[in-house]
Amino acid sequence: MSRESHKDALITQADGSLRKLAHDVLGMAIQSGATEADVVVADGENLSVQVRLGAVDRLSKAREKRLGLRIFVGKRSASSSTSDFSKDSLRRFVSETCALAKAVVEDPISGLPEAARMATEQPELDLYDDTRLDTDRQIELAKRAEAAALATDARITNSEGADFDSSWGRVVLGNSHGFVGEYRSSSYSLAVSPIAVDPVSGSMQRDAWYDVRRKFRQMDAPEAIGTEAAKRAVRRLGARKVGTKRVPVVFDQETAGSLLGNLCSAASGYALYKGASFLAGQLGKRLAPDWFTVYDDGRMVGGLGSRPFDGEGLPTGKNTIVDKGVLSSYLLDTYSGKKLGLPSTGNASRSVGESPSVGPTNFYLAPGTHSVEHLLRSVKDGLYVTELIGFGINMVTGDYSRGAGGFWIENGELAYPVEEITIAGNLKQMFADIELIGSDLVFRGRIASPTLKIAQMMVAGN
Amino acid sequence: MAQLIPLDSFGVTEHDVLAALGRVKVRNVDYADLYFESCISESVSMEESLVKRATKSISQGVGVRATAGEKTGFAYSDDLTRHDLELAADTARYIANSPGGAQPVPVPIHARPARDLYPVSHAQAEVPTADRVTLLNRIDAEARRYDPRIKNVMASFNTEYKIVVVATSDGTLIGDVQPLSRLQVTCIAEEGKNRQIGSFGGGGRIGFEFYSQEDRYLHYAKEAARIAILNLSAVDAPAGVMPVVLGGGWPGILLHEAIGHGLEADFNRKKTSAFSNLLGKRVASDVCTIVDDGTLPGRRGSLNMDDEGTPTGRTMLIEKGILRGYITDKLNARLMGIPVTGNGRRESYQSIVLPRMTNTFMLAGDSQPEDVIKSVNKGLYAVSFGGGQVDITNGKFVFSASEAYLIEDGKITKPVKGATLIGSGPDILTRVSMVGHDLKLDEGIGTCGKEGQSVPVGVGLPTIRIDEITVGGTASH
Repeated sequence: MSRESHKDALITQADGSLRKLAHDVLGMAIQSGATEADVVVADGENLSVQVRLGAVDRLSKAREKRLGLRIFVGKRSASSSTSDFSKDSLRRFVSETCALAKAVVEDPISGLPEAARMATEQPELDLYDDTRLDTDRQIELAKRAEAAALATDARITNSEGADFDSSWGRVVLGNSHGFVGEYRSSSYSLAVSPIAVDPVSGSMQRDAWYDVRRKFRQMDAPEAIGTEAAKRAVRRLGARKVGTKRVPVVFDQETAGSLLGNLCSAASGYALYKGASFLAGQLGKRLAPDWFTVYDDGRMVGGLGSRPFDGEGLPTGKNTIVDKGVLSSYLLDTYSGKKLGLPSTGNASRSVGESPSVGPTNFYLAPGTHSVEHLLRSVKDGLYVTELIGFGINMVTGDYSRGAGGFWIENGELAYPVEEITIAGNLKQMFADIELIGSDLVFRGRIASPTLKIAQMMVAGN
Repeated sequence: MAQLIPLDSFGVTEHDVLAALGRVKVRNVDYADLYFESCISESVSMEESLVKRATKSISQGVGVRATAGEKTGFAYSDDLTRHDLELAADTARYIANSPGGAQPVPVPIHARPARDLYPVSHAQAEVPTADRVTLLNRIDAEARRYDPRIKNVMASFNTEYKIVVVATSDGTLIGDVQPLSRLQVTCIAEEGKNRQIGSFGGGGRIGFEFYSQEDRYLHYAKEAARIAILNLSAVDAPAGVMPVVLGGGWPGILLHEAIGHGLEADFNRKKTSAFSNLLGKRVASDVCTIVDDGTLPGRRGSLNMDDEGTPTGRTMLIEKGILRGYITDKLNARLMGIPVTGNGRRESYQSIVLPRMTNTFMLAGDSQPEDVIKSVNKGLYAVSFGGGQVDITNGKFVFSASEAYLIEDGKITKPVKGATLIGSGPDILTRVSMVGHDLKLDEGIGTCGKEGQSVPVGVGLPTIRIDEITVGGTASH
């Protein structure tokens, strides 16, 4: 907190303490009968503030630590996690994990990755910023962002507030092959949620804008974030329903990003080998037009999804997922890869406390050459989607039906805001029907997309 | 119960707790509390007829909170030494801008909640892994036996055993033991190139024997298989405005999304809810009476006390169509000058308390369920749903059907796939014209997300008729 100096015991601990803990726990595991094991230890701290209508609403500060263990006893395995690092508790924890592994059945393909494939070099990816913002500074930044939103338009009369969060953490991963890797990361985020009120009808619309970065100095100015949030809320006032019809649909950066997220889930090795993805059996087949290329890049400098090695200690890299419209790679870890007869793609994700799985690093659609205006101008009668709600996606079939909000496009211009409608189709068909891709790729998370246009979808309203 | 307050399990003394409470409850602080939590969760899962994954997670920590006016200061720690408690207390009271208090806060009430809605002993909660494995294997066999077109069965059994102690500056030191479990089955059916999915499950704050009573686990397996097979022959959902009949039970998610969130007190205090200022006004037709009730024995959404130590209750939200009450925690009840309803909940010691639902349902009406269906000439009958979501401020909500049928000439005909319903919260229940006598609560698998926090909840509904709502499918109506 601002005028006090809470020496942080965790982060300032002599380097090597987490490595030693990982090493000790691996030793205990082998002693308890494990034939192979890996362990991940993470610690970090977080400071978040929320202001609302110019006053502090919420302050939260925390330090946390957690250890995750995966044990193999022959071909049986179990995983576990704990926040209790005392020696006795850890010993009990390790032996319970071994007992758990012995209670499940053998899985012939389980096991650590081959020792020879472990990451050997750990590139500096510039994921860490040691700028420490104190409480008062974070409050000031949040207040400036919210004040800018409130000052943008007289119709912004209320707010759900502005949040500034900062966090720093460390991850150590080690396994019984002798691999040990470590990296630090940080993130800073500012989000503003103003509410616009229609002076005549009294109806309300909320929207939000945000920025999130690994480096504090790379963040957009608070005033810019607040102003954008206000514009987004105000432009929704007076939204109405539209008639039910089949029309072209333009997805803005945020909603196009959510479509990329759907593609990412469908390309996950675990969904694929279970037959729970509409992309099962599609490797090497055409998914989209040849101007559609998707990458997953774990080594993008400063990227929000970057990491030097994956959740199993394998090197990350830049993979082409869709190459000029053809599905060219899945997202795999060692286990799901073996299930599909393919090598790991370095996408093991290891959130402490959960079974190892796969996840994206920096997953994005390569930008096209068209401006957003060009995309909109190409539509005579259609929808520009800026908001999607609900969970109406069936990953097995690709059937897609979600609540939507945005703007009606008439003769290439945004005519009026719309709400309480749904858009429906099938993801496979939607990717095949992509007509234009914008040039406006911006990363505000680990999954990103430029604006894109789909030739036709069913819009349901009145 | 041998021990009144399970403080021992945290390795802290009552004196340390009260001293920390004294340190945070300084002059400008209106209210402060400490929330100790220890949670063991376990999961065993099966796929490809093999029970090959087992996980266990242990967490323990304390959250310390102070509120002053509208401000909340919060800190948490996973270490529980006296020093850590003091550090957290100092952080939490930063919002009050005053020095730490030296006097322990006197806390006269030492109690367990007055009732036990989920009397599951630790021994009952601790199920041998071998028994879980057997259960999952039988589920696999049952689902595959249902139809040869079932090509994969995935099932998981999750349990959680949580011990909490809450010490509050308004005079409560109270503890609760909260068991929770859930069994979920998913089947994939295949016929040629057509592949479909079906899911079913259940659970609650109950012991392991619950799943074998009335062969529930086999019922879950058959239902998941039946829905997957049914979807093989499903047609595209219609698009447009039409009458919709919702079946009993889980379709109560309508109430959760359309009105429940909008009645949470934080949004109404901030006047950011579409329901702000509607207390005493008509928001539903007069056949609709809706309550939130955290006191139903063994239900997933039930609690002996909320996470601020307040006993849960039954709160009238909408009575014969009139908005009667909001869902509150202590902070929002104090600021709004309305009663505390025992709905202050948090995901864990790492999260702040928010007003949240428990079990939210509509009371039974007097229509015959068959008559409700017969009343529709052309529309949709939806009996099960996936997830839903709402925009609190403009009131628009959506929820997606996972099992639904066309109604043609008063009869249920073809199954449809991929139907999403979208409507407006303050408006939709005014269009409810018939309520069946068949109130049903869900099977116990609901989880509600708000501000990044997940908590278990329940919903319930009788068969109802909504005169018109927008259905988002792909087929022309």
